[in-house]
Amino acid sequence: MLEVSRLTIRFDGTPALDGAELTVEDRSIHVLMGPSGSGKSTMLRAIAGLENPDSGDIAWNGMSVLSTPVHKRGFGLMFQDYALFPHRDVAGNVAFGLRMQGLNPVAIRERVDEVLDLVGLPGHGDRSVGTLSGGERQRVALARTLAPHPRLVLLDEPLGALDRSLREHLLIEMRAIFNQVEATVLYVTHDREEAFTIADRVAIINGGRIVADDTPEGLWHQPPDGWTARFIGLENLCTASKLRDLGVQPPSVTTATGVIPPEAIAVSPTGSHTAVVAGSHFRGGAYRVELDLGADSALVTWSPIGLEPGTAAHFDIDATRISWFED
Amino acid sequence: MGDSGAMKTRPWVLLLAVPPALFLAYFFIYPLITILYTGLVPNGRFATSAFTEVVTDPTMRSVAWFTLWQAFLSTVITVALGLPAAYVFARYRFPGRSLFRALTLIPFVLPTLVVGVAFLAVLGPGSPFGVDLRGTIWAILIAHVFYNLAIVIRGVGVLWEQIDPHIEDAARSLGAGRWRVFREVTLPLLRPAILSSAALVFLFSFTSFGVILVLGDLHHTTLEVEIWRQATAFLRLDLASALAVLQLVGVTVILLMYGRFSRRNAAELPLRPSAEVARRPRTSGERVFIAATLGMLGLIVVTPIVVLIARSMSTPTGPALTHYANLINPPRASAVFVSPLDAIGNSLRFAIPAVIIAAGIGLMAGVVIVSAKGHSGRLFDTVLMLPLGTSAVTIGFGFLVALDQPVDLRASAMLIPIAHALVAIPFVIRSTVPVMESVQLRLREAAAVLGASPRQAWREVDLPLVSRALAVGGLFAFAISIGEFGATSFIARPATTTIPVSIFRLLGRPGTFGEAMAMAVVLMAITGIAAMGIESMRGSRSGGV
Amino acid sequence: MKHVLNGLLIAAVALAVAGCSADDTQPDEVVLMTHGSFAVSDGVLEAFTDQTGITVNVLQSADAGAMVSQAILTKDNPVADVLYGIDNTFLSRAIDEDLFVPHSAAAIETVPRGLRVESDMVTPIDFGDVCLNLDPDGLAALGLETPDQLVDLADAAYGGTLVVEDPTTSSPGLAFLLATIATFGEDGAYPWQAYWQDLVTNDVRIVPGWDQAYYGEFSGGSGEGDRPIVVSYATSPVAEVYFGDLDTAPTTVLEDGCFRQIEYAGILNGTKAEQAAGQLVDFLLERTFQEDMPLNMFVFPANADTPLPDVFVDYAVIPTDSRVMEPAWIDENRERWLAEWATVVR
Repeated sequence: MLEVSRLTIRFDGTPALDGAELTVEDRSIHVLMGPSGSGKSTMLRAIAGLENPDSGDIAWNGMSVLSTPVHKRGFGLMFQDYALFPHRDVAGNVAFGLRMQGLNPVAIRERVDEVLDLVGLPGHGDRSVGTLSGGERQRVALARTLAPHPRLVLLDEPLGALDRSLREHLLIEMRAIFNQVEATVLYVTHDREEAFTIADRVAIINGGRIVADDTPEGLWHQPPDGWTARFIGLENLCTASKLRDLGVQPPSVTTATGVIPPEAIAVSPTGSHTAVVAGSHFRGGAYRVELDLGADSALVTWSPIGLEPGTAAHFDIDATRISWFED
Repeated sequence: MGDSGAMKTRPWVLLLAVPPALFLAYFFIYPLITILYTGLVPNGRFATSAFTEVVTDPTMRSVAWFTLWQAFLSTVITVALGLPAAYVFARYRFPGRSLFRALTLIPFVLPTLVVGVAFLAVLGPGSPFGVDLRGTIWAILIAHVFYNLAIVIRGVGVLWEQIDPHIEDAARSLGAGRWRVFREVTLPLLRPAILSSAALVFLFSFTSFGVILVLGDLHHTTLEVEIWRQATAFLRLDLASALAVLQLVGVTVILLMYGRFSRRNAAELPLRPSAEVARRPRTSGERVFIAATLGMLGLIVVTPIVVLIARSMSTPTGPALTHYANLINPPRASAVFVSPLDAIGNSLRFAIPAVIIAAGIGLMAGVVIVSAKGHSGRLFDTVLMLPLGTSAVTIGFGFLVALDQPVDLRASAMLIPIAHALVAIPFVIRSTVPVMESVQLRLREAAAVLGASPRQAWREVDLPLVSRALAVGGLFAFAISIGEFGATSFIARPATTTIPVSIFRLLGRPGTFGEAMAMAVVLMAITGIAAMGIESMRGSRSGGV
Repeated sequence: MKHVLNGLLIAAVALAVAGCSADDTQPDEVVLMTHGSFAVSDGVLEAFTDQTGITVNVLQSADAGAMVSQAILTKDNPVADVLYGIDNTFLSRAIDEDLFVPHSAAAIETVPRGLRVESDMVTPIDFGDVCLNLDPDGLAALGLETPDQLVDLADAAYGGTLVVEDPTTSSPGLAFLLATIATFGEDGAYPWQAYWQDLVTNDVRIVPGWDQAYYGEFSGGSGEGDRPIVVSYATSPVAEVYFGDLDTAPTTVLEDGCFRQIEYAGILNGTKAEQAAGQLVDFLLERTFQEDMPLNMFVFPANADTPLPDVFVDYAVIPTDSRVMEPAWIDENRERWLAEWATVVR
């Protein structure tokens, strides 16, 4: 189990991490998500040992690793640009960590084959690194990271360089691989869908601090504050005044925002509210309907039947399912 | 390196700096100071008159000025001609590539006596080009280019051939034409290597002795020749020392300027193994460019070599291998005839230790220079370059006066490889440092994360990528030693007949000219073989580096 | 790091193997310091070892000037025991610097009086003459008579025919300059400076070294140049015959204006092996070495009892009127002469 406590790192006086706290449970995939510059890469590098914290602690199974040098921590780190060694072939790259561990050549070869199988590149050991496609490079990088059985796997935007279809495909594969080897993973990304697909838990980092840490469902249904809600892309964020216009009463005067889950909006001919249909798109199974409330605000909901854009629609709001935020 | 938090130079870096520092201190700084002191403070009083004489004499001043501007001009021309050649060798595959590249190293080893003969044939009366450039500045400049082209071609080439061409492709796709790409993308990336090579060429030209001696005349003479004259013809050691100080001051200023210009944050380059970078020429424009560049190389480098070979085979009865036969089976009993095998063996006896010392010390120094924080790295670098810019006469004489305590090394054969190494170390450094500075930090971090200690990471990541550059540096060290660069001025040497000594002997009396040329061809052949050996070695690593 | 240390270890071992010279002269070793033209046949120095049990370690400087300079520099702790190859142009300076310990060689009586030095401070070993060499065919092709005096070359008819070596970088060059000074003197109507001025007007070519002058500019013998008159040695034609296996000498010698160079050997003051050094000097003046010299260094043996090789007997010329100059006189004026010469020819 990894415990990061009150981690602070400053570069030139500006804090990149400001008292960040995080716990990663064994055999779980924990995603760290945040906007650019939020400190997520710094956090990853600090955990790996490539950055020295100014204060705070990083502990594994209760023991601080701060005094352990990078190469002895046993944490694997996969870089965004993969950082494959150009002067070694695929097998040479994957075997690197094993060689550092001092394994004998036979054991190394076996493990390399095993791991290349795992990532779906059986028999590719002889290939030169320069001839690999993007997806293949990613897999080799993953294989290299996993080969030495790291106790913690750190991944820095591992799919960032790939195209969309490849990304989704590899995402599922990675999840399967991690589950299969029962790895403890900390996975950094800025993409919500990626995060939610692969994560057991999601931590949100902003301005060097962890502002949210929950399961994907928990985060989705009950975001801790408005900023997080906006960041994870929750829809139907409405200001308090708008909601009052819709006849929904915010719980207190200080409430500023409310998030209406699409499921809490029901389109029905007997609905108490009216809006113009702005768009209606079939998404396989149901229609995603956009309701234009005027003044640049819109609501999104799901409907079993399609609605004609431009026509009026009636809907009800289940106010009990609204999440309220102060910001 | 891996840990950017530490701002102080780490202890192992300081430890690694000790052997180069000791080597330099004992075999360069100490002899230098001793001989300068001996020359300038005879009988305990500082001979200011020597300095005044040197500085006020208009002849001396013009000598100093000539030394400076001919070195500058030589450097500019060599770099200008060397860059296209470096590019052609780095980026294109074509038949004869290895051979041609090996050929460019050969001028480097030729004793200047031999070069003088070759150039006289090419540029003197009876020149196939119908010119007579004897005694002109052009002869000197061309000779310098002839000698030093290899430095630029290999020094820049090593880096160029590992730069990912995708960077340039990216620039082109963004709308930059070829020339702009070169100026704004490639050139900045190559800057460290270009400046390195230029610095070496400048130092060589500045302290040029043999070329000036052979091709210059009274109006075209350098400080180095003047120092030699004063020390060995006029026996005015005080003037010689004053001139040596002047030369050293000039060199130090240049090196400091060079240090400022080559800022050490060379961009981290994505380095790719060269096997993937070089390709066959695709367009006719490329072919023409390659042909033109090779033509230029042929003119400057190959012609004199061909002339030498021709001379070695010319007999009164037409071309024949008589002279070679004479070397192996001397027709006349005379000590000038030495079997080529013996001479080669003797040369190698000195060359191999010289290369080992230069490569070892140079590599350590290179690591220190790259890893040391702040100005100390650059200072170390400058000091290590100084031997190249110091009068060989001074160093040689310095050995004689200084190295008799605690052990009398003055007559020792060990001094020869050491002297060669002193001159070769800057080459090793200049070859390896630009590449070391460019190795991506990321790769080292990846290695560290995979369990490699800093030393292991260096060995696993830096060293293979740097090994090519080290091979280039080692090759120069070999060439310097085989050609006995600066030997004329060095220490009293044991009379082992190395190849250059043999050539010197054969050229020292009438009637053995052909044999001298034959020996010179032997020298060229060995160098060529060594150069091509390095080429093939470099291609066979896993991953194609 | 390990590789580097290994490398250093190998280097140390290689050095130890390569440089097995002893630190100090062992009692059974003697160190001979000489210049780059020194050449001796296999077996000759070994004969010395057989005779005396002492091995000879030869150190070679680049040329005589460098050698003398180096010897003077190290006179407080000489790097060798015997110095061989110092000639009359540098002798006085060396003696003034107390470089030598006097020694009367065993065979000294065989040396002609004119070659010997006061109190035998040094021992004459060989001599030779620096003379102008002529290419008869080349001269004939230019329609010129063979000159028979130095002063002839000042004649405009001989324009563009002469190549000389720079006296500041070449021993024969210096010898020739001294010959002209000895011939024309410094006072009088036509001093040597005027002669040189005429040579310059006559397009004399000045090159740094003998090899360039002879091989590069001279048209005779094995030279590949276009000038038929060069400053070389009286024995050069002999060498041409010897190495070219010829019947007649392709070149001739202008006997006027030759300069006699005498080479000496001396025991260095401060040597720790004075006795062995004495034995070596003796050896240098004895038959085995003296006999070997002519065909290796193309000089004449100082030991008058030495038989000359046939090719010398048949083809060598010993000029009868070589200029000589007192070493002390040379030493006193050399710097001034060289400077004045440089001014004239610039």
